[in-house]
Amino acid sequence: MWAEGESEGLQTLGIVVVVCSSLKLLHYLGLIDLSDDKIEDELEMTMVCHRPEGLEQLEAQTNFTKRELQVLYRGFKNECPSGVVNEDTFKQIYAQFFPHGDASTYAHYLFNAFDTTQTGSVKFEDFVTALSILLRGTVHEKLRWTFNLYDINKDGYINKEEMMDIVKAIYDMMGKYTYPVLKEDTPRQHVDVFFQKMDKNKDGIVTLDEFLESCQEDDNIMRSLQLFQNVM
Amino acid sequence: MAAGLATWLPFARAAAVGWLPLAQQPLPPAPGVKASRGDEVLVVNVSGRRFETWKNTLDRYPDTLLGSSEKEFFYDADSGEYFFDRDPDMFRHVLNFYRTGRLHCPRQECIQAFDEELAFYGLVPELVGDCCLEEYRDRKKENAERLAEDEEAEQAGDGPALPAGSSLRQRLWRAFENPHTSTAALVFYYVTGFFIAVSVIANVVETIPCRGSARRSSREQPCGERFPQAFFCMDTACVLIFTGEYLLRLFAAPSRCRFLRSVMSLIDVVAILPYYIGLLVPKNDDVSGAFVTLRVFRVFRIFKFSRHSQGLRILGYTLKSCASELGFLLFSLTMAIIIFATVMFYAEKGTNKTNFTSIPAAFWYTIVTMTTLGYGDMVPSTIAGKIFGSICSLSGVLVIALPVPVIVSNFSRIYHQNQRADKRRAQQKVRLARIRLAKSGTTNAFLQYKQNGGLEDSGSGEEQALCVRNRSAFEQQHHHLLHCLEKTTPVGPGSLLSSCCPRRAKRRAIRLANSTASVSRGSMQELDMLAGLRRSHAPQSRSSLNAKPHDSLDLNCDSRDFVAAIISIPTPPANTPDESQPSSPGGGGRAGSTLRNSSLGTPCLFPETVKISSL
Repeated sequence: MWAEGESEGLQTLGIVVVVCSSLKLLHYLGLIDLSDDKIEDELEMTMVCHRPEGLEQLEAQTNFTKRELQVLYRGFKNECPSGVVNEDTFKQIYAQFFPHGDASTYAHYLFNAFDTTQTGSVKFEDFVTALSILLRGTVHEKLRWTFNLYDINKDGYINKEEMMDIVKAIYDMMGKYTYPVLKEDTPRQHVDVFFQKMDKNKDGIVTLDEFLESCQEDDNIMRSLQLFQNVM
Repeated sequence: MAAGLATWLPFARAAAVGWLPLAQQPLPPAPGVKASRGDEVLVVNVSGRRFETWKNTLDRYPDTLLGSSEKEFFYDADSGEYFFDRDPDMFRHVLNFYRTGRLHCPRQECIQAFDEELAFYGLVPELVGDCCLEEYRDRKKENAERLAEDEEAEQAGDGPALPAGSSLRQRLWRAFENPHTSTAALVFYYVTGFFIAVSVIANVVETIPCRGSARRSSREQPCGERFPQAFFCMDTACVLIFTGEYLLRLFAAPSRCRFLRSVMSLIDVVAILPYYIGLLVPKNDDVSGAFVTLRVFRVFRIFKFSRHSQGLRILGYTLKSCASELGFLLFSLTMAIIIFATVMFYAEKGTNKTNFTSIPAAFWYTIVTMTTLGYGDMVPSTIAGKIFGSICSLSGVLVIALPVPVIVSNFSRIYHQNQRADKRRAQQKVRLARIRLAKSGTTNAFLQYKQNGGLEDSGSGEEQALCVRNRSAFEQQHHHLLHCLEKTTPVGPGSLLSSCCPRRAKRRAIRLANSTASVSRGSMQELDMLAGLRRSHAPQSRSSLNAKPHDSLDLNCDSRDFVAAIISIPTPPANTPDESQPSSPGGGGRAGSTLRNSSLGTPCLFPETVKISSL
């Protein structure tokens, strides 16, 4: 009895296997359609392509000459043929300049500072405008740009947390191989020193005016601002 | 992206403004930036094709030829462009690398030409972009393999050039490995082959049933038992020869341990051992069973043929190199066998008088079915058994067919490699013969030059016609150089040479004078090339008589370099009195004024005479 039951069971199994495989075969041959999912055409990501405004307009808006703009644009276009830079590219560039540490956080803040319209991509005009400020701008403009960089949430004030983030990002960029080896709370001490200097009314936040005032009082900063003048 | 790192430098430096307020220490002063001239367009002329590019583009990679000041060496002030005498098609790829940051590999060019261009322009091959990297590596590996075979073939084919002081052992070993080196080796090779064949045939024949001369025995006996003496004698003879051969090989082997472990020696041992074991073992009944088993091993003598046949060796090598595929095949087959055997056993369990008595018994059915043999000694009778049996046979075909193409392609590759090696060896022989001819041609030209006193613009022009006619500036300088070298050394300068082989030289010179010029120029390049490739090959022409091999080697290396130097610094050919009077052999030899070309360095003072006429 038992043997018969077994063989019957196996018989059934065998028949089931045969039927299933023939169905599958027919499906592969395209004669019947078993599946529910439709073939979705993936929309191809259209290439975002952006062209900058005319050369004369840019020349008027920035402090660069036509030739300098040409050189800048050629380099820019070579690197980003689509005409826009996105955050990943920023991070890559920075990672190559500072290979010892992790430059991605700082690059993120930098990108946000460049991307004035918060669109997620930096066009050539934004790029050139920011460069113009940083390289050819007045002291006032540079400091204001720096304030904008530090102000992560763009609310007009720098508080201690934002400063901590920035300082940590910079320290991350340095990497672990510093001499002497930095201790864990060095960033915190650094921020405290900075706040003591900048925060005039000790209310825990630094406004733009406090920032400008404190920086202009500091000779070191004033002198250093001249350093990055002649880069082009 | 490294291409553009320089482009982004202004951006990175500008963004550093963000660190300023945080800086705890004063920042270092900025490096002085020289006033940039703005971007200018450079013209690079490569063999006539003009490429124009921005200077900035080339400056992106300052450690290459075009990016560094090295290109100033190629600057032509008259035309204001950089001129390179290289392939313009390849240059296109190089320049594109500067432009896009990716180096692409041209599909239709020879990979070695591409490598040479890269080396010239200072680009490392690692710069090849990811898109082309795999193909580049594959082609390069293929090329390298082929060249390695070349060298191996050359070294192996250097059989004829036997080192002078080889011992009996080395000669014997070479005779064993390359039977074509001497007649004795060839004879030995064929004799052993013959005896292997005889032994194998004897093994086979002695099992054939012979009809007895007397019809009285109804039972037929195998021949081995009818003529035991004859077969024993044949066996003894064969084993003696094999033993002798094995011992000789053992003696001659350069590394005995390695030889003992090699496959061929193991086969040899296995082939002759059964005989000796059979001799030693007494004719007991219980042991003779084992003795009979040992006879089976005699069939391994057939593997000794692999020394004689290259095809067998290739097959063995292929199987070895496909070990992983074979292993996979085996493993998957085992898995499938176990699965199907189990299923078939349970499917057929209920049937009466079934062959499928156990799962291992079902293994046999599964193997026979999967390899599509189908003996028919075991067949399923239930429906389920038949269904699963058919699935089993279908899957067997698939599983076995999968690894086979891999094995086949491996075999084909190795086989073609061997064929290529053979073809190349044949070509090498022809080439070497031609080189030898060219060498003797130039030698004779030099002799002619010397016999005519070495003066080419002297008044006596009657006999000059033969040798002066086709002499190029290069040849003149070359001969002058050789002559200078002769004068440097205490050799009896033309006298020894001309006295010892004047007639032969003259005859050959006259025959070859016409061909000398054309052959010599064509094969001078071959000679140069060969010398560049294989500097260790000492010249085999007839006149390296007393030279120590090492000294003539130095001569060769030196003279070739200096010829180049001489061409570029045109020195007037010698027209000095000392060449017409040979200096005496014993005297100092140095007569310094013969050294026109100071780049000869210290003149070589050989303790014994050296014939210079060999190149």
